[in-house]
Amino acid sequence: MSDVNNATTALDAERAEKEYSGPMLAADGTPLKRSLNRALRRQKLRALLLIAPLLIFVLVTFIAPIADMLFRSVENEIVQDTLPRTTEALEQWSGEDGTTPDAPVYKALYQDIYIAQERKLHTRLGSRLNYELTGASSLFRKSGRGVDDIGEVYQDQFEDLNEFWKKGENWNEVLGSDAWLAQIKDWDKSAGTPQPAFEMRDGIADIFPQTAGYYMIFADFVQNEDEDNLYKEDPWPLIYSAFYDDLTGDTASVIASYSGPGATEIAEAAAAATGFETVDYKEAFTKIDKDWGASPIWGTIRAYSPRFTNGYFLNSIDMQKSADGAEFRPENERIYGTLFLRTLFMSVCITLSCILLGYPVAWILANLPARTANLLMILVLLPFWTSLLVRTSAWKVMLQQQGVVNDTLVWLGVVADDSRLALINNQTGTIIAMTHILLPFMILPLYSVMKTVPPSYLRAAKSLGATNWTAFWRVYFPQSVPGIGAGSILVFILSIGYYITPEIVGGTTGTFISNRIAYHISSSLNWGLAAALGAILLAVVLGLYYAYDKIVGIDNVKLGG
Amino acid sequence: MKFTTTLLASSAIVGAGTLAFADAHGNMAKEMTLVSWGGAYQSSQDKAYVQPYLEMNEGVTAVWDESSAEAVAKLRAMNEAGNITWDLVDVVAADAIRLCDEGLAMEIDADEMLAAAPDGTSASDDFGDLLVSDCFIPQIVYSTTFGYRTDMVGDTPPTKICDVFDLEAYPGKRALEKRPINNMEWALLCDGVAKDEVYDVLATPEGQEKALAKLDTIKDNVIWWSAGADTPQLLADGEVVMGSTYNGRLFSVIEEQKQPVAMLWDAQVFDLDGWIIPAGLSDERLARVKDFVKFATDTQRLADQSQYISYGPARLSSAPMVGKHADLGIEMAPHMPTDPANAENTFLYNYEFWADYRDDIDAKFQAWLAQ
Amino acid sequence: MADTSATNAFVEFERVQKSYDGENLVVKDLNLSMPKGEFLTMLGPSGSGKTTCLMMLAGFETATHGDIRLDGKSINNIPPHKRGIGMVFQNYALFPHMTVAENLAFPLEVRKIGKSEREKQVKIALDRVQMGDFGGRRPAQLSGGQQQRVALARALVFEPELVLMDEPLGALDKQLRETLQFEITHLAHELGITVVYVTHDQTEALTMSDRVAVFENGRIQQLAPPDLLYEEPENSFVAQFIGENNTLEGVVKEIKGGTCIVQLDGGGLIEAKPINVTKAGERTRVSIRPERVEFNKDRMAEGAHTLKAEVLEFVYMGDIFRTRLRVAGTDNFIIKTRNAPDQVRLKPGQQIEIGWLAEDCRALDA
Repeated sequence: MSDVNNATTALDAERAEKEYSGPMLAADGTPLKRSLNRALRRQKLRALLLIAPLLIFVLVTFIAPIADMLFRSVENEIVQDTLPRTTEALEQWSGEDGTTPDAPVYKALYQDIYIAQERKLHTRLGSRLNYELTGASSLFRKSGRGVDDIGEVYQDQFEDLNEFWKKGENWNEVLGSDAWLAQIKDWDKSAGTPQPAFEMRDGIADIFPQTAGYYMIFADFVQNEDEDNLYKEDPWPLIYSAFYDDLTGDTASVIASYSGPGATEIAEAAAAATGFETVDYKEAFTKIDKDWGASPIWGTIRAYSPRFTNGYFLNSIDMQKSADGAEFRPENERIYGTLFLRTLFMSVCITLSCILLGYPVAWILANLPARTANLLMILVLLPFWTSLLVRTSAWKVMLQQQGVVNDTLVWLGVVADDSRLALINNQTGTIIAMTHILLPFMILPLYSVMKTVPPSYLRAAKSLGATNWTAFWRVYFPQSVPGIGAGSILVFILSIGYYITPEIVGGTTGTFISNRIAYHISSSLNWGLAAALGAILLAVVLGLYYAYDKIVGIDNVKLGG
Repeated sequence: MKFTTTLLASSAIVGAGTLAFADAHGNMAKEMTLVSWGGAYQSSQDKAYVQPYLEMNEGVTAVWDESSAEAVAKLRAMNEAGNITWDLVDVVAADAIRLCDEGLAMEIDADEMLAAAPDGTSASDDFGDLLVSDCFIPQIVYSTTFGYRTDMVGDTPPTKICDVFDLEAYPGKRALEKRPINNMEWALLCDGVAKDEVYDVLATPEGQEKALAKLDTIKDNVIWWSAGADTPQLLADGEVVMGSTYNGRLFSVIEEQKQPVAMLWDAQVFDLDGWIIPAGLSDERLARVKDFVKFATDTQRLADQSQYISYGPARLSSAPMVGKHADLGIEMAPHMPTDPANAENTFLYNYEFWADYRDDIDAKFQAWLAQ
Repeated sequence: MADTSATNAFVEFERVQKSYDGENLVVKDLNLSMPKGEFLTMLGPSGSGKTTCLMMLAGFETATHGDIRLDGKSINNIPPHKRGIGMVFQNYALFPHMTVAENLAFPLEVRKIGKSEREKQVKIALDRVQMGDFGGRRPAQLSGGQQQRVALARALVFEPELVLMDEPLGALDKQLRETLQFEITHLAHELGITVVYVTHDQTEALTMSDRVAVFENGRIQQLAPPDLLYEEPENSFVAQFIGENNTLEGVVKEIKGGTCIVQLDGGGLIEAKPINVTKAGERTRVSIRPERVEFNKDRMAEGAHTLKAEVLEFVYMGDIFRTRLRVAGTDNFIIKTRNAPDQVRLKPGQQIEIGWLAEDCRALDA
């Protein structure tokens, strides 16, 4: 009886389902799709939580450095950050060859370099610009030393006029707010309390705009970087020149009606200032170094003043910025194009020789009984357990002209003693040593792919009438191609980025682009260029990967079963 | 249980010691990370002043990091990461200048921070011109010079730098450093440029071409080295007839390994090696480093170092105190690059020039190499 | 058919031995000859040497001793690809990187047959196995049964006279297996090819073959047509291995005139046909097929020996009933009865008497 009942309910349900035309519903009436999604979402979320630590690790250690590299290859904030006034003023300059900018630019340069040398930033900028213009390094170092003299012209005149201007206290009395003055006078450094931050007197910035502006910078530097007592600190020469500018500039009339602290001294100074000896900033800089009176340095500063630059990338492809845009470097300075091509060519050679040597080894391994294969596999992996440096140095001993290989060949009479083969410090050396080092990366994927090809395929081919060679070439080989693909990608990509081995055995013709990247990272400190070269290398690898995918198909790559 | 008690007791003693020490010396860090080059040079530093210092200052430890070759890049990376883990770094002068320019090294006041000579001469006078950067504390003068195989040069061994460029008289391979510095100067010198005009000529594109053209005459016979150990190995294996390297390396090939190699001091290029203090150390660590550096660079300590390695002390006042090699027992003075007999014709590494021209000439040099 | 003379033999094994390790013989003294057009199955448990024999015939293993002849010529030294033998493997061994049509064209290609001729033959071969529409597919896109059809077509496309099949249906489900069994035998007879078929499935062997060679321990235990093999096993291994079988152990009491009396170890006397026993006092295993056992007195022969039995288990199997009994000390005595309207369904615990004809009961080796 109950059987019959069940049957009817099942039939009813089926009929109901047929009549219902909307979305499929779950037992509780929610659309089936939604409740499936909900169930899956919970699962996905749990799965995501499980892998989250790993995901974050991968992002931080893998993606972040690449992003950082890409950023560095275009980043160029240092020029604008160090010379903000100069780069702004320089926009007015025509940039024509043979011309130099107008006087305001030199004045801005004085102000920028003065602040920069106090903060010890000018030499850093010099190193940066030296990558683009030889001599910039010493130019900035010299200028940093010279700017003190420029400002002192005004400082001396003010101080000669009135002793009042010699003392930092007086400047603070004029410029500081009463509240701050009260605090700073009470402040005791040894008590350990922080120094009260400088506060400008109300309205003073309208009367002495430039002086106030630079004094803020000065005060910030003294209090926060030098950590000295600002109240007692005598101002920079830069302040005096700004003060002179205020006294003789647009605000002269406002200053005449000034009645705050030091009003008498200011009135006296204002009266005298018009008769002061002035500074020709352009002349002063040209005196420091004649390069400031020529257009190249200005052209370079202007070309590299934007926050982002394509200069590093241009450099990486043997080009440079010039007045009329990008142009190729002179013949005798082009190097990266050659190196990129050489790196690709030699990586291909290394990959091919790895295939040639690795294929038979992998085949033997795959066809031996497991126990023997495992033993031989240890021999294949053995090189991994010794230091890379040791292995590479061993090749040196083997391959050099008085080395083991040449000695053997001479002993066998294959080569004459006076015409020993050059097997090292050239491309041959790099290819031999790198093939040896990267061979396991070819053998392992080949082996694991060959392991999965059943011997019955070869038997089938032979039973169908194929000779040993035909059976291998038409049946076995095509099935091992995914292993060759995987091994080749591994070997190629690894070799493209190698630099230790080429550096040791490559001489001058066997070095890779990575050697230059290493040089720019650790010796020339031109990280921007290194990053640009790295970015190009990355793009090349991705491009080749894409091409491989299009031609062979990336599904056709197997690392194992 | 007994073990624990002992441990506790000893830590109490150490604790007490620390307190007493801190009172006497202000707040100084107990640990220093010193960065150097490894090998014989580092061991000479260790024997001459690090171990003596640690003996004098109980409870202080020093850790070596053999990273000087990558010091500039690593310091820059540390600075960017905001975590300086080194306390004192041994670098060549050119790197010191660079680190100073980059703001990665602390500026020092020689007279305030370094010990005066025993006769009262101030530190800045005692070091003299060798204070090539505001951040640099010189230790030694070394030179890059040539060594040659005595058994491969016939009856007339080379005596002049230009013999390096003479393939007829001295056939065979030469080892030169894979960078323009020094090689360009030697090439110009042997191309007839007067010694005092070398840098003026090298500053011009024509001069650079000229130098490369001269190098081109021996290019096929050059093995380019990039590590200081390369040339000694190449000489020892008979791969090259002659090769440039640091004089201390050649000293060990000649005197310690007794290889048939001799020095060619002509036109040796002096360079300096010394300490820099990374910028941005905490007060405690800075206090410790200052205390150590003052000791480690005094007249006696620098003289002591020359017992272990054939590099000249950077202080004038140390020179008369140079004695015998600690193990070999031979007089060290004749092996010093600064010895008058060796220093008839010398160069001093032109830091200013190379700071400016390094990037430019290096690009040309590398392009030339790659041809 | 059973006694093929050496003169018209197509495939011949003569005193063939095979050892892999030099210590143990995997194949011991194998002698076999089969005429052209025969469908011979090598049947046996795994490790019995049947596959090794097949591989020696195909040329993938060499005989340690003895001679293998094909069409009168010794093929010991002929490499596999020159033997012209078609082969079908258990895992199909279709080349995964080629399409079905390319797989079939392969043997023709290596035989340097022109393209148009090749295409024609490939089409014929595919149609023959009803796979004509699948020429462009890759093996991975086919089901197991389809793959095996293709493999079969590939083995036949170059018209070999001898085709070897190494457990070709082992990986398929039961229904598909039965269909293909039929198709393979049908094709073999239609094309007149000689087939050596290896399997460990006795049903397959019985249904497909002209003759079956039962392998055990490196030897052929019996070589006979399926019906003889089932009804007249020559030793207790074959009796056990082929079909379901009841065994009773005992001692021969006396032999006379084509029958013998056996005293069972579990008590009771039975009559049997002496096969491997020659004299009284020998130990023997008596073999009786479950469907030849009768418990309905009315249907038993006159004067038949009977034994007492207790019903332990009754299983309804649709077309037949399978009943497990305790007889003469063994708990594993099976009887099968046809599901007829008047058939009795035995109940566990029931006490019955069972009997059979003496000629259905064979006294074999112990």
